[in-house]
Amino acid sequence: MSKASVLTPWPRFQGRGHWFWLTPLLLFSAIMAGTAIGETSISIETVLKVLANRLLGADYPVDRIDAGIIWSYRLSRAVVAACCGAGLALAGVVLQALLRNPLADPYLMGISAGASTGAVLVAVAGFGGGVVTLSAGAMVGAIAAFGLVVILAYGASDSRGGGTQASSAIILAGIAGSSLFNALTAFIIARSASAEQARGIMFWLMGNLSGIRWDNALLAVPTALGGLLVCLWYRQTLDAFTFGNDSAASMGIAVRRVRGILILTVALMTAVMVSMVGAIGFVGLVIPHAMRFLTGSRHTRLVPASALAGAVFLIGADVVSRILVTGQVLPIGVVTALVGAPVFALILIRGARSR
Amino acid sequence: MKLVAENVSWKVQGRTLLENVSLSIAAGETFGLIGPNGSGKTTLLRLFAGLQKPKAGRIRIAGQDMARMRQRDIARSVALVEQQANTAERISVHQAVSLGRTPFLSPFQPWSEEDEAIVSRALADVGMQSMAERLWHTLSGGERQRAHIARALAQEPCVLLLDEPTNHLDIRHQLSILQLVRQLPITVVIALHDLNQAMECDRIGVIEDGHLVDLGTPRQVLTCRRLRQTFGVHADILEDPAGPGQIMRFRQAV
Repeated sequence: MSKASVLTPWPRFQGRGHWFWLTPLLLFSAIMAGTAIGETSISIETVLKVLANRLLGADYPVDRIDAGIIWSYRLSRAVVAACCGAGLALAGVVLQALLRNPLADPYLMGISAGASTGAVLVAVAGFGGGVVTLSAGAMVGAIAAFGLVVILAYGASDSRGGGTQASSAIILAGIAGSSLFNALTAFIIARSASAEQARGIMFWLMGNLSGIRWDNALLAVPTALGGLLVCLWYRQTLDAFTFGNDSAASMGIAVRRVRGILILTVALMTAVMVSMVGAIGFVGLVIPHAMRFLTGSRHTRLVPASALAGAVFLIGADVVSRILVTGQVLPIGVVTALVGAPVFALILIRGARSR
Repeated sequence: MKLVAENVSWKVQGRTLLENVSLSIAAGETFGLIGPNGSGKTTLLRLFAGLQKPKAGRIRIAGQDMARMRQRDIARSVALVEQQANTAERISVHQAVSLGRTPFLSPFQPWSEEDEAIVSRALADVGMQSMAERLWHTLSGGERQRAHIARALAQEPCVLLLDEPTNHLDIRHQLSILQLVRQLPITVVIALHDLNQAMECDRIGVIEDGHLVDLGTPRQVLTCRRLRQTFGVHADILEDPAGPGQIMRFRQAV
């Protein structure tokens, strides 16, 4: 019994109220830490001064190079990392709830595979004649792949009239779509990429925040906030899927419409994030599972908790990727997987024991 | 609330699962649906719950055409307990039962004291107050079924649809669930496999190959001929020496 009580969600995180003042504080601290820590360490004091100068119109004397690094490089990067982490974690929460599959993650619907095909088309095959950016190519690829997967899933499930088959149809269509687009990527690389280009693409695919500037944040922040609002709006609906589609419908959920809206939302959100930073794995899979242990399965708590944890986790992973190997930036996907895989294994083992 | 099926048909991939079924269930009635495996009982219950719209014909609840109602409005008067609905989520019984309040909640109408009181009452109705904090995966089959019924009751339905609720339960739980269901002052439509249990319903409908072949009180419907024709068994029907009812004694398959 004592083991069971250890494994039940922590009661102090279950109470209301704690959350709401803790959330902005944690997020702010994480962004500050992400801005301060790096190859050249900058004190929090300097960071705060630069922020005050920029945002509140204060006039503290700070080193101009430090100010430049903080404002135009590290802060924007931390903000985008937070948005991506939150977005990917939310996408994981929604897909795991709707498809009732613990392995569902944001890349399930061919989005990362499509994004890489798009990126490779632009970077290697010279598609778009230099006018189209890598990000735009990735975005188009991601949406094309998602469209294909949805059509495939629709065709595979329609004849049976929805129900449980629809969920597995999406998963199977996603696997088929991903395989197809991965093959296309490999084909393009094999045909026309130099070794250097192939390495660059590899690096991009594992996730890379080094090119991030404020104009990326202008896209990332509204996307993540919008996604969060949609998920919060549908929090009770997501709960209703606990016992499956039919059960949700019998409790008054317009299953087809709601599922369409939610899947489209998380797909677009994921596509935007992937097109900016590449396919960062494990966040969308691990964070929702970890948060279920802390806060329970109710989406009223799970949605904000996952968004927050995803944001903090990705800022942390970005910091680690910058300082782990001196003089070299690791792809952030390497860090998330190195941390994520053992943590995930731990969660699985603990979960199995509590059954 | 009166529940009516008018010439309802349902087909899937060219196979007819229900054809031209017409049926009227009075408010407060306990109505049993019986028939062999795959005869269309579950399909009819799904149509009654609004999960599917009939390919032809109409389902009416309190006179209103269900095809024109929003899912949410249907769920405010009709609740369904499916045959096997399970979850791998770590949720407590209380949380599972709370899901029944979904049709009454919205982002602007959050959880209220009243919802809490309704959930407590539903838990009490199935005798599970003491298990409210138990986690779902620690429950036995009978406890899960009772929790599902409590979840349906939390919808405060006028019509409760049950799809073989006593499957896989031991005899004590079978009887306690049937007793519970019969006591409810609402319309209950219950698909049953155990014909002796069907004896306890107010009226019975017999479904065979998607057709409603018989309709009436248990005494009218459950005859030796019906058991042979529809269920393929030779049986004797005996007067219960201990009470007013009848007992079926099954001999052998036809």
